[in-house]
Amino acid sequence: MQTPPAEQTKARNVDERSVADARHDRFFHGVLKFSALLVLATLLGAALSTLWGGREVLFGQGLHFLTSNAWNPVEDDYGAVAPVFGTLVTSLIALVLAVPVSFGIALFITEIAPAWMRGPVSAAIELLAGIPSIIFGMWGLFVFVPFMSRIEPALSATLGKLPLVGKLFQGPPLGLGLLTAGIVLAVMILPFISSVMREVFQTVPTRLKESSYALGSSTWEVVWDIVLPYTRSAVIGGIFLGLGRALGETMAVTFVLGNSYNITSSLLMPGTSISSSIANEFNEAVGTHRSALIALGFVLFLVTFVVLLIARLMLRQLVKREGK
Amino acid sequence: MLTSTKSRIAMIVAASLFSVAAAQATDITGAGSSFVYPVVTKWSAAYAAKTGNQVNYQSIGSGGGIAQIKAGTVDFGASDMPLDSATLAKFGLGQFPDVIGGIVPAFNVEGVAPGAMVLDGPTLADIYLGKITKWNDPALVKLNPGLKLPDLAITVVHRSDGSGTTFNFSDYLAKVSPEWKAKVGEGTAVQWPAGVGGKGNEGVSQYVRQIKGSIGYVEYAYALQNHIGYALMKNAAGKVVKPTIATFQAAADTADWKDAKDFNLVMTNAPGDTAWPITATSWVIMYKQPKDVAHSKVVFDFFKWSYEHGQEQARSLDYVPLPPSLVKQIEAYWASEYKM
Amino acid sequence: MSTQGIYLRRRIVNVTALLLGGCATVLGLLFLVWILWVTISNGIGALHLSLFTKITAYADEGGLSNAIVGSLIMDLMALLICAPIGVMAGTYLAEYGRNSKLGALIRFLNDILLSAPSIVMGLFVYVIIVLPISNMTHGHISFSGFAGSVALALIGLPVIVRTTDEMLQLVPGTLREAALSLGVPQWKLTVQVLVRAAASGIITGVLLALARLAGETAPLLFTAFGNNFMTVHPLDKMASLPVAIYQYTNDPSPALHSIAWAGALLITLFVLALSLLTRLLFSRKKVSYE
Repeated sequence: MQTPPAEQTKARNVDERSVADARHDRFFHGVLKFSALLVLATLLGAALSTLWGGREVLFGQGLHFLTSNAWNPVEDDYGAVAPVFGTLVTSLIALVLAVPVSFGIALFITEIAPAWMRGPVSAAIELLAGIPSIIFGMWGLFVFVPFMSRIEPALSATLGKLPLVGKLFQGPPLGLGLLTAGIVLAVMILPFISSVMREVFQTVPTRLKESSYALGSSTWEVVWDIVLPYTRSAVIGGIFLGLGRALGETMAVTFVLGNSYNITSSLLMPGTSISSSIANEFNEAVGTHRSALIALGFVLFLVTFVVLLIARLMLRQLVKREGK
Repeated sequence: MLTSTKSRIAMIVAASLFSVAAAQATDITGAGSSFVYPVVTKWSAAYAAKTGNQVNYQSIGSGGGIAQIKAGTVDFGASDMPLDSATLAKFGLGQFPDVIGGIVPAFNVEGVAPGAMVLDGPTLADIYLGKITKWNDPALVKLNPGLKLPDLAITVVHRSDGSGTTFNFSDYLAKVSPEWKAKVGEGTAVQWPAGVGGKGNEGVSQYVRQIKGSIGYVEYAYALQNHIGYALMKNAAGKVVKPTIATFQAAADTADWKDAKDFNLVMTNAPGDTAWPITATSWVIMYKQPKDVAHSKVVFDFFKWSYEHGQEQARSLDYVPLPPSLVKQIEAYWASEYKM
Repeated sequence: MSTQGIYLRRRIVNVTALLLGGCATVLGLLFLVWILWVTISNGIGALHLSLFTKITAYADEGGLSNAIVGSLIMDLMALLICAPIGVMAGTYLAEYGRNSKLGALIRFLNDILLSAPSIVMGLFVYVIIVLPISNMTHGHISFSGFAGSVALALIGLPVIVRTTDEMLQLVPGTLREAALSLGVPQWKLTVQVLVRAAASGIITGVLLALARLAGETAPLLFTAFGNNFMTVHPLDKMASLPVAIYQYTNDPSPALHSIAWAGALLITLFVLALSLLTRLLFSRKKVSYE
């Protein structure tokens, strides 16, 4: 029996089609993979291009660049210590302030607030994350700096008198400086940390919490003894995520930090940070100066990369435990 | 409106993908000195209205102006620090003055009116060295016997960017204070012993307005327009002078441009009873063999126009117009040095 | 200690902790209200029609028209660059790289890119686009709206990758199996079935990316530079709203401050409206995009 010609063509068509389909699939796969690799390339490119741009200082001066606190465009002598110091100190202040507050917010939303309130409150806190950083900068300069210059005398008079930590709070009430920048950063990273905490707190199995309640625990005891230990790694991950944000923030701090390369013991004094140094000086820098700024960019990239790496690894631990 | 914007945007996107042609030849970009920013923006607006050519001037500091013109990313750079002839020759650049103005110490001390305080060079240097830290320091009281100075901490405000204003200011301090010369020196950016850094003349004015007890140094127009207190200065002749167009002019008159190769001349600490001690010139820096001749022609046309028609506007902002003899010298310089 | 005492102590600790939690929330909300209030009250007074008709060059009676147009152009171009790449990369992660090592690595690094400092992205684009183009064209073209868009695109990219990936993973596997059993090729399945099923989520991601990149200033400083005149040419130096705000804020003139506030209000409204829109669009499925 002969196969009718129509069916033959059909069979051939199917054959051809599957060949064509396979070809298209390979092509499709290739294009998608290429796009995904672009993500990798971006990260790698950012690292390599800043390494390349800063090579003169990084390889030429290496240790001197990392350990010197000079920033002298007249002599073309640059050191990373002052900007790195400012970046770390402001970020640390931000963490010290933002972590407890974020924890309080997460605690309030997950354990205290009535159900109807949870959605709106967490949405409002997250709105804070949506405000562009330049707005934080404006608010910082025009509103918060004058505010701080009014309360700084009181800080100097009280905290400034304490032994040990007193030195941190002495100085003229400029309003701008490390402390102000740290507070502005704290407000900026608060929504990030609190939203991670809130999310991970919600992943704690209800039976764990209820068992504890059944044993007579108070709400606080459940949070402190059950929820926190269960989510510890993710909470730390969230904190590091906030730290990563704070380290790289530019526009919010550049107006309120004071742009001074002098390292002082007082938090009320002006300082500088890696990102604000770059923003301020990049367009005017030539030669070694420009190289030093790009090298600073590389240092910043490296530090935030490590911090964010830790953050993601910590966050992943909880996901793994959840069996996702 | 909306659809036209949409189609416009679509066009732009298409253009961005396919076209390599640059923008219209008549749009030129300059960058640098914030010292001249107020007057150059005025000029550029008037010039655009008249000729349709747009001069986009960005105030990024003189250091930035020099950097960008060297990199060739702008059509002209503007700097209040002259480049020396060797540097100019090395990069194939030429420079010429566009305007002269005064730098004034600006302060924010409650109860002290603008122009009520007198300073001299060494005292100013000591303040910027961080040696004088209170407004009622004996040195200040001695200069201002009639003034009631408060027991208030001095906050020094300096530039955070590379600046020709800083160059002239530090050049002046180096001339009057050996300690400043030894410890800090002069340049568009220096290692400041003390204080807060503001970006541009704008940023310094901003901080001085905002911080009580602060002192800064800005181009006169910034102090005047923003109602910031400015100080009188004791000049090289030992006379107290007020910053006015007349005292700037007096300092400018001492300059001997004839013998200044490439107009390389700094007029701080000028002699003469009425000369303002921190008077500064601003220069325009351009390639002698421009990569884009059409652009450079517009730049020359713009500054030629400004010498002829822009001087009134300059005067209204308290800059000193260039003397006619200097303008002639500049035009001769253009003809001999620039090849187009 | 007596049982009574322990009980009392526990109660005090509990009440204090909960009270402090409430205070922390009030504090957080207070800052939100404070910042929004300052922006709105300062911005509304300065919202004049002249903002949209005048350019930034006229220092005394300045406007923002060139900055607004510049921002619109660069934001849109940035989206045109990062949306296709981001959606494709996200699709790769969800459909091909779900269990592969490469997929896991890219997903992980994308999450890091999500929080990478934006100023470094500006440096990156400066080194790979602005400098080479400037050298190639002898300075004819250097800083440009195009370079600014690329920098912004790098900010938006990881947001889109992340949301696309997560949204596609939410599409039930049965849909894939059903289509595959009909002999549909993988690409058709992905484009016509999966992406369509996850469309609202993917659009959310694109809008989120727009909200994120529209407020960025730092990456534009040395890529797009600035321009006091109106330009729509992508290879020109281009003004943008955030950079104009930055410059006006730095200026001592109160008149320019109020224009800066008006610009700040515009940009905040735009960004917040976008994030509210995405919330409404996508209130059912949950994505975290920290």
